Amino acid sequence: MKQLLWSVLFVSLLAVPAMARETPMNVQIRSAPLRSGSSFLSPLVTTLDYGARVMTVDAKNGWYYVRTADGKLGWLHQSALTTKKVVMQSGASDVSATASGQELALAGKGFNSTVEADFKKKNADIDFTWIDRMEKIKVSAADMVDFLREGQVQPSR
Amino acid sequence: MKFPFSGVQVLCAATLLGAGALLAGCASIANGVAVVGETAGVITPQQGDSLRKVGDAVEKTFADITPEQEYYLGRAVGATIVHKFKVYDNEAATRYINVLGQTLAAASERPETFGGWHFLILDSDEINAFAAPGGFVFVSRGMLRLCKTEDDLAAVLAHEVGHVELQHALRAIKGSRLTSALTTLALESAKSLGGEALAQVTEAFEGSITDISGTLMNSGYARKQERQSDEVAIRVLKSVGYDPYALTRVLTEMQKHLEPGGHDFAATHPPPQDRVKDLKTMLGKTPAVEIPAVRTARFQKALAGI
Repeated sequence: MKQLLWSVLFVSLLAVPAMARETPMNVQIRSAPLRSGSSFLSPLVTTLDYGARVMTVDAKNGWYYVRTADGKLGWLHQSALTTKKVVMQSGASDVSATASGQELALAGKGFNSTVEADFKKKNADIDFTWIDRMEKIKVSAADMVDFLREGQVQPSR
Repeated sequence: MKFPFSGVQVLCAATLLGAGALLAGCASIANGVAVVGETAGVITPQQGDSLRKVGDAVEKTFADITPEQEYYLGRAVGATIVHKFKVYDNEAATRYINVLGQTLAAASERPETFGGWHFLILDSDEINAFAAPGGFVFVSRGMLRLCKTEDDLAAVLAHEVGHVELQHALRAIKGSRLTSALTTLALESAKSLGGEALAQVTEAFEGSITDISGTLMNSGYARKQERQSDEVAIRVLKSVGYDPYALTRVLTEMQKHLEPGGHDFAATHPPPQDRVKDLKTMLGKTPAVEIPAVRTARFQKALAGI
């Protein structure tokens, strides 16, 4: 019996580091590019949605190597992730559920599109057209690579 | 990003329920608000229960404005900036500063913001640049004219990236604004946010936009924050491969053109010569980067109309 206890303890001690490495995290931005390397210039694996849950497998220089819910592996920059639970649907039950776990990053809470719409109603002279337009300007990793190469911009060693 | 007040103070200052005076003790504030709210019939016991739990969490986490909230603040601050300054509508030039700016932002410590990084040129002769929360960056034609090379422009944009990375704009929001918004949010779920509660949050939102826009366009950041952003700029320039001494050059050029007492950069930034002095210490013996002619040629072509 005693031996069994010790072996259980031993196994659980062994298990701790592995558990600590694989931590659940959540995407805290609208759309997060999962890349095949820990660099913005690495090719895209897939794009993850706001609130998507991933398991971190490894970490390096501000990047996490993660496993997605459907088993894809790739790198995400830490600024795209939070340890807080991102609750997509709202309601009183969600508030209490997340708050009790000290997780209060409720998607769509606070300053959101509803508040912006209300702000626009009260400030009809403030025009968001250019803001919408500037948001449409996309620069891909390939664009960046070309731009740096053509300009002979060499990262410092 | 931490704000200089705690959740307890926030809830102490809660006025939503008109129960501020009853909460003077602030021993168990969230509970106090919940009890008072229930007694007053303003909230249901169920909401009160949520609030008790939320109160505990708020003390620990409220300082984190989520990237999504930061994004909505940034949009409205951006719209306010564009309301004051006309936009320079030139597709090639706008594309160019976006490719450059987004490349620099990708090398910052905050490459991912909720809605991504975006750059726009303001049709103004004033020497100015603004960074709204979440990565909406605006640079005036007057500022672009000071830049002689792509590296100079990279230095200007990297400094603005620094303000976003360090969330300086969010620090300009007065604590009282968030108090009412957060108290309302503790009571109302997002879907049911309507009527009075929506009005409260929108008021806090409007106030926050006023605070941030006022800091960006009138009062300016503290010298320490400008120095921090200069540090980010140097780090980003070096990591991407631009000449870190470009920032010193732009500031020296700026010094020649700023009008004392002017409403632009002169009013909202520490004197350029002070920043140049700080930069000298920061740069130490960092080697300069030689700028190839091809890079300057494309810069001149892209911004020919500036």
